[in-house]
Amino acid sequence: MMGGRSSSPRRRLTERLLLAPYSLWAVVFIVVPLAFIAYYALTDNNFSFTLENITRFFTATSTITAENGQSQEVRTYLLIFARSLKLAVISTVVCLLIGYPMAYIISRAGPRAQKTMITLIMIPMWMNFLIRTYAWMTILQDTGILNGFLGLLRLPGLHIIGTESAVVVGMVYDYLPYMIMPIYSVMAKMDLRLEEASHDLVCNRLQTLWRVILPLSMPGVISGVTMVLIPSISTFYISQKLGNGRFFLIGDAIEGQYVANNLHFAAAIALIMMIALLAAMALMKHFTDRAFQGGE
Amino acid sequence: MAEQLILLENIHKDYGGKQVLKNINLYIRDKEFITLLGPSGCGKTTTLRIIGGFETPSAGVVYFDGKKINDLPPYKRQANTVFQRYALFPHLNVFENIAFGLRIAKKPKALIEERVGEMLRMVNLTGYERASVARLSGGEQQRVAIARALINHPRVLLLDEPLSALDLKLRKEMQRELKAIQQQVGITFVFVTHDQEEALTMSDTVVVMNKGSIQQIGTPTDIYNEPKNAFVADFIGESNILDGMMIEDRVVRFSGHTFDCVDGGFGSHEKVDVVVRPEDVDIVPEDSDKAMLLGDVTSVTFMGVHYEIIVDINGFKWMIQTTDFVPEGAHIGLFIEPDAIHIMKRSEYSGLYGDYSLDVDPQAISLGGEEEE
Repeated sequence: MMGGRSSSPRRRLTERLLLAPYSLWAVVFIVVPLAFIAYYALTDNNFSFTLENITRFFTATSTITAENGQSQEVRTYLLIFARSLKLAVISTVVCLLIGYPMAYIISRAGPRAQKTMITLIMIPMWMNFLIRTYAWMTILQDTGILNGFLGLLRLPGLHIIGTESAVVVGMVYDYLPYMIMPIYSVMAKMDLRLEEASHDLVCNRLQTLWRVILPLSMPGVISGVTMVLIPSISTFYISQKLGNGRFFLIGDAIEGQYVANNLHFAAAIALIMMIALLAAMALMKHFTDRAFQGGE
Repeated sequence: MAEQLILLENIHKDYGGKQVLKNINLYIRDKEFITLLGPSGCGKTTTLRIIGGFETPSAGVVYFDGKKINDLPPYKRQANTVFQRYALFPHLNVFENIAFGLRIAKKPKALIEERVGEMLRMVNLTGYERASVARLSGGEQQRVAIARALINHPRVLLLDEPLSALDLKLRKEMQRELKAIQQQVGITFVFVTHDQEEALTMSDTVVVMNKGSIQQIGTPTDIYNEPKNAFVADFIGESNILDGMMIEDRVVRFSGHTFDCVDGGFGSHEKVDVVVRPEDVDIVPEDSDKAMLLGDVTSVTFMGVHYEIIVDINGFKWMIQTTDFVPEGAHIGLFIEPDAIHIMKRSEYSGLYGDYSLDVDPQAISLGGEEEE
């Protein structure tokens, strides 16, 4: 028989036409804005080329005063960036530690239980995240719901609001579904006989998890980590509300510069952050590929 | 050494109120090739999974070498499984799939290499160590699965429809090879299939199952020649199954004629099911003295070695296999030797099978799927 597999020029044209709306979308909403960011980052107020915005990110200093009265000169934006990275990494790790077992439990439940649990995880995502963040404020406040509950149990109250922990709680709550969903979808597709095969050989449940389920769910873990790490590193509102503004993050910095009409510097911060994130993702992919797909 | 390696005693299994196994009693001898045979949903895979430790029976006891093992996890049983569609680890290559068990048991490297090499030689896959399992053909994946299951030197190998994904020719090849491997390693094989031919050619013992209960246990020849009920007679090979009545020992009446037979021990005038295999009927001229029954040929199919003809005798359609050509529409006589007539007690399956009026075999329909719940 002839034909069938060869893609004729006409068919290729059809394919291209069908892709056109996406290509257009990608150009208008991804390429053009990115080009604008790069353009603004590398120009001054008169739109002539400069690296000043970039160098300012690395060199700007400010003086902070510690509680014991000693003041110290620091590189402002590097400090903010490091703080953002730290909180984002902590949130991502916490999301992974909670999300991975949850994804596993959901994927191994009955079909109806699975549907229910997935819906329960999705419902908070339908609410605006500002509202969710305010909800957490009322929970975590010193006179909030959490401490009220602890008081009922005659336990000492906790001071959480305004600490890094509060910011982490808010980020974990907001981004947990993004960790669970990709891991769940990989695990739900996994052949259950693989687990049985492992269990049949020498593995107890823990070894099966480590030797079979974990390596096979790595693609889900990687996309889950990506989907949590990136928004949490650039988050801004949560830190202002739950951190009482004490933990100025890189997202807050961008927002602040933007609001102050320093568009060029805001763009430079965004550009640097984006490049750093891309590099981090590439590194992560490189190492996980080596560790889990090599077969050795 | 215990002759009886595995014993299933009064095993029942329910899934959400649905009974999938009813009172299974079965012993498996050491070093035998035993096949659980039946249509999909008959409980054969569930029985295998209970032996492997992947399911626990709702009631009843599983013994292994005299010890109760109901609650023993799979990896502590001296039985390993070749899974349906193999379940090879996609993230590991051939060598690592086979070495999986030993690696986790932290065996020395030299020992692992020696044992994996030995397994690869046995299944004819030497040289494939570094190959990715996803790139292998169905037959090769099958061999890796067998090697992986045998490397821990189990006393029993459980095989869950291992050949169902292969094409006919490869399947025949793997049947011979599996049998050879079983003889080489000298352990018990418990094999699950819905293919009666596979069961007959490979097994020492065949267990025919239907609707969650065992219908018959016996050697392939027993099962074929002395089926216990109409289900077994119909499921194994082709059969004409007729309503009959015992006149006395060794005399039976069916299709309006009284025949001599070799079976006895039934009550006088007890209603029975009579099985006559298609290859055991001789065609004689209609006016011959030997003609016991008379009928009309309604269809003739050339099968290669023989013709398969359908003969209408008083409205009941018989299937007869003959090497002599008889034209459609011919009026012929039939002759049946006494030892070609097999008498069975009536059962719940009486009257359901054994008439070739329909072109479609009811069994063939229920065999649609290969998987069980």
